Amino acid sequence: MESKKAEKRSEIKQTSSFWVWVIASVIFRLILIYFPQNLNLSSRPEVSTPLTSLRRLAEGYWLKQSSMSPYSGSMYHGSPLLLSLLGPLTVNGIEGQPNHLQCGLLFVLADVVSAMLLRATGQSLQMSYSRSLKLLGLVQLSKNSEMLSSGDIAALVYLWNPFTIVASVGLSTSPIENLMIILSLYGASKRLSSLAAFGWVMATHLSLYPVVLIIPLIFLLGYGPDGPPRKLFLQRRCIKDGTNPISDNFCQQDELLNQSNLPVTFSWKPVIHFLFWVSVWSVYVMVLCGMSVKQNGGMWEMFKSTYGFILTVEDLSPNMGVLWYFFAEVFDFFRNFFLIVFHVNILFMILPLAVRLNHRPCFLAFVYIAISSMLKSYPSVGDSALYLGLLGWFVFELADMQFSFFLFCGYVGVSILSPVMHNLWIWRGTGNANFYYATAMAFACFQIILVVESVSAVLNHDRMLRKLSVTDP
Amino acid sequence: MALFLRSNHLTAILLVLLLCQLLYASGSVLVKGEEEFSEELLLKPLPDRKVLAHFHFETRAPPSNSHGRHHHLFPKAIAQLVKKLRVKEMELSFTQGRWRYEQWGGYDTISSNNAKPPGVELWAVFDVPQSLVDASWRNLTHTLSGLFCASINFLESSTAYSDPEWTFQPSLGKLRYGTLPREAVCTENLTPWLKLLPCRDKAGLSALMDRPSIYRGFYHSQRLRLTSSESGLNGVDSGIILEQTLTVVLQPNSRTGKIYSGKTNIQPSWSISSIFGRKVSGKCVLSKTSNVYFHIEKGLISELENLQKKNTNSGADKFALEGFSSNLAFELSVTPDKMFEEVDNLDNKSASVLYEFSIEKYSDSQPFDLGLTWKIPVVWSTRQGPLHASRFLMGSGNQRGAIAISLESTELNEDLPNIDGGCELRVDIFQVVPWYIKVYFHTLRVFLDQKPRAVADVIEKIRVSPSKDKVSPGVMEMILKLPCGTKSAALTLEFDKGFLHIDEYPPDANQGYDIPSAVISFPNFDTRMHLSEDVNKSPMLSKFQEKSPVLSYTEILLVPLTTPDFSMPYNVITITCTVFALYFGSLLNVLRKRVGEEERLLKSRAGQKTGRISQLLSKLSAKLRGKQQEQPQLSAAASSFISFKLVFKILLVAGIAVAWQYFWE
Repeated sequence: MESKKAEKRSEIKQTSSFWVWVIASVIFRLILIYFPQNLNLSSRPEVSTPLTSLRRLAEGYWLKQSSMSPYSGSMYHGSPLLLSLLGPLTVNGIEGQPNHLQCGLLFVLADVVSAMLLRATGQSLQMSYSRSLKLLGLVQLSKNSEMLSSGDIAALVYLWNPFTIVASVGLSTSPIENLMIILSLYGASKRLSSLAAFGWVMATHLSLYPVVLIIPLIFLLGYGPDGPPRKLFLQRRCIKDGTNPISDNFCQQDELLNQSNLPVTFSWKPVIHFLFWVSVWSVYVMVLCGMSVKQNGGMWEMFKSTYGFILTVEDLSPNMGVLWYFFAEVFDFFRNFFLIVFHVNILFMILPLAVRLNHRPCFLAFVYIAISSMLKSYPSVGDSALYLGLLGWFVFELADMQFSFFLFCGYVGVSILSPVMHNLWIWRGTGNANFYYATAMAFACFQIILVVESVSAVLNHDRMLRKLSVTDP
Repeated sequence: MALFLRSNHLTAILLVLLLCQLLYASGSVLVKGEEEFSEELLLKPLPDRKVLAHFHFETRAPPSNSHGRHHHLFPKAIAQLVKKLRVKEMELSFTQGRWRYEQWGGYDTISSNNAKPPGVELWAVFDVPQSLVDASWRNLTHTLSGLFCASINFLESSTAYSDPEWTFQPSLGKLRYGTLPREAVCTENLTPWLKLLPCRDKAGLSALMDRPSIYRGFYHSQRLRLTSSESGLNGVDSGIILEQTLTVVLQPNSRTGKIYSGKTNIQPSWSISSIFGRKVSGKCVLSKTSNVYFHIEKGLISELENLQKKNTNSGADKFALEGFSSNLAFELSVTPDKMFEEVDNLDNKSASVLYEFSIEKYSDSQPFDLGLTWKIPVVWSTRQGPLHASRFLMGSGNQRGAIAISLESTELNEDLPNIDGGCELRVDIFQVVPWYIKVYFHTLRVFLDQKPRAVADVIEKIRVSPSKDKVSPGVMEMILKLPCGTKSAALTLEFDKGFLHIDEYPPDANQGYDIPSAVISFPNFDTRMHLSEDVNKSPMLSKFQEKSPVLSYTEILLVPLTTPDFSMPYNVITITCTVFALYFGSLLNVLRKRVGEEERLLKSRAGQKTGRISQLLSKLSAKLRGKQQEQPQLSAAASSFISFKLVFKILLVAGIAVAWQYFWE
């Protein structure tokens, strides 16, 4: 009785401190937004890419207002829906306030909503995970996993990550793209098919790369949230029944009947709902886009200057990615070949990852997001902010991750060196392009290490679970 | 008999031929379309101790249907070009140096029509359907590039030319405009240009064009303008008019200029032979008119009148023809044949004067050498345009910047004379920006008298065609309405600098890129010169009397762009591919590892310690035993299953192979 009370008290304390940190982060953002000239963050190449720059969006809106197609120059490459949502905010500012205030407030709001959704998703993930650990009989582990509230951690990491702060204060549209991705994951983890479908369709519409998230979303809807490998449950059942765990062919047969509460079977109903809603939402989005680009250009022009621009890497301005310098230097007749190779590199990894991580759809989504934000054609810190936030969900699983301190130092180092090198090259003219390119390469390497190490840590965690569940009954 | 008949036939044929010839001859006489050529030279002292020489050659060809393909005077290359490409109007100029609007004038025909931006400027209107205009333009650039030994063919790519709608003339989309600001102009461009003249530079006024003295000048602009009206619908029998002008600003040798009264330098005295190094030895015999004009502009005239008044206290009368050529301030070495006075209806102040010298009477033995000798120092200023336009870049660094166009009102034109209706000053601006200067048109800001104004208040009309990467340049045309009292107006536009592919950089990439001049015109003001006498004879003077708006070009801007490391392609390719390999390999390696394998590996390592042979034996025995035990019960169940699977697999593969074969047959 006494211990329960203490627990509850500590829980209340925890939640109150969580809210304090959330409010502090919002206040911090508001202070930064109120700075004059926006701290020049919006012109940083790390923050605003050709796809996410609000300045380009304002140009597109201006062109649209003067009855031209927003895509008629090669300035705007975003969605027409975003244009009609954010466009008016870029023009009429409130009297006496900075011009970008409304957009800034909207992005802060998007950040806070994302953080709340991250928290809710994280909590439900944690609950289901500890429940499945209990089912496996690993009570100690399940208690350990409850010690840290991963939802809170993910939300706070997302809110206080300097990358997120810079992306939302620097007026890039990536907070909205991130919100859509998180929304789809939230909807899928709560088995709200229509919400998941909406998030996925919008995220795909805004930045194309989230299209690969359909695999983890289907797993999430079909199997439920992350858990230990499904084989372990079957083995566990069999062990409990006292039969031989190796010949589980027979064991499975009679267990199938009363397994509905276990995340072992694939339930088709939410998946079919999801697919239905996906088609509904995509038709809806297409109709809206068609209406807004009807007068000028039409849909083909829109696809050409949004998805086409992403896939053909036309803009060679420097960013944090690996592709800009490559395509500025590569010989023209190899260009198409390398375009295909680099994009296929993202797709090649989809299948092996889906096979090995199908019992952990959220982690699979994290890996996909990390890979695509590393290899995409115009990456920005907003994309990194998203996967770093999602990393918070897996604190328990990734506790044994290697090189985490090294990675932390690497991220800090790159985010300090990259602006310095950019300044030396572009503004002072004392450095050259190779310096900046080197930091981009280093950043890519750190991201690769992060992905590889986190995947191997999760696989090791699974191995450990397997051992534990087999050895102690 | 037969022979007679044949001869009869012959005579008949001859007769018919003769008749035809007669008819043709009479016909061509009736059309009164003879090809004409005229040569003229205008000389004008400039306030900053320089001399402006403006050569004007005009060749006219009558409508082609009367003469077929034969030409007496008209250059065949140009006629073919016009006929083949259906060029309605075309203007090509090669310029070196910058016209100084403050000192050399901004309110006359020469500064509006002949002051061109540095480099090459070409615009053309075609008489073809809209879809074929671009193809015609491409052909034209190549033809001209061959004709004039210049890299005009670089104007072929769609990133280099644009289609203004209002600035030059209302064109219905058939006008194309392109400039090459960095084109170096030299004799190899002048020689083919001179070849188009019937006398080349062997006789007549063009013999003055001594290359060293022309290219020593401060400014020279050679220009070629074509106007063709093939159909002759409007009753004008113009045919093709080829107008070639060469405008040179030269510095006379100031050795003779002596310091007068210790204060100001006297203007240098000069003669044709001293500035060109040659004299005019008679006219080109093929030319219809061959005149030299000496122009004294308004400012100088009023200054002279003041002097006259001061010294004689009687000078109320206008200068007579003889009286003026040897007035107080200067002396002309040759007596002019004729004098034209400008009639300015608006104010009865002094107006400019033109002296005409006909050079028909001069010959080799008695060459024409007009000289001007200054007696006292005179300071005057030229007439300025309503606003002085200049353009500059703002910002530093290689990421972004801003273009500013500033219009300063000139002190001389405080009282804006020619405004029709309400007090507003209309300014047309045409600006082309190459695609790697990515202009944000929504950042357009207008400042009047240093105060920001709402864009909609000042800009009456704006047309923007934003640049597309590697496809088309950005074009901006706008009409400003400025209130009369405006002292200064400024427009700013922000831009981002683009990053190019390594192959797109020119040889000297670090020099920077040129943004072509903006064209600024004032349609409310026209440069027409009202002359007292009818001057139909002279094409140059009739050109001066045509109504045309005041036009000026701004400076060319040099924008430095960032460069990548040009020596890096192989390094970049290898390093990037290594990173990709690192990603792919290490991630796949992590995914490939399996738990069972590891455990087996550990076990086998543990077993290895006990000794290989014994382990092998035990393994073998275990295997044998296991086989013996398990084989009977397994084979029955599994063999049927496996065989079924195997058969299915084989069938599937065979089916695929057959389908493949069938599909490719």
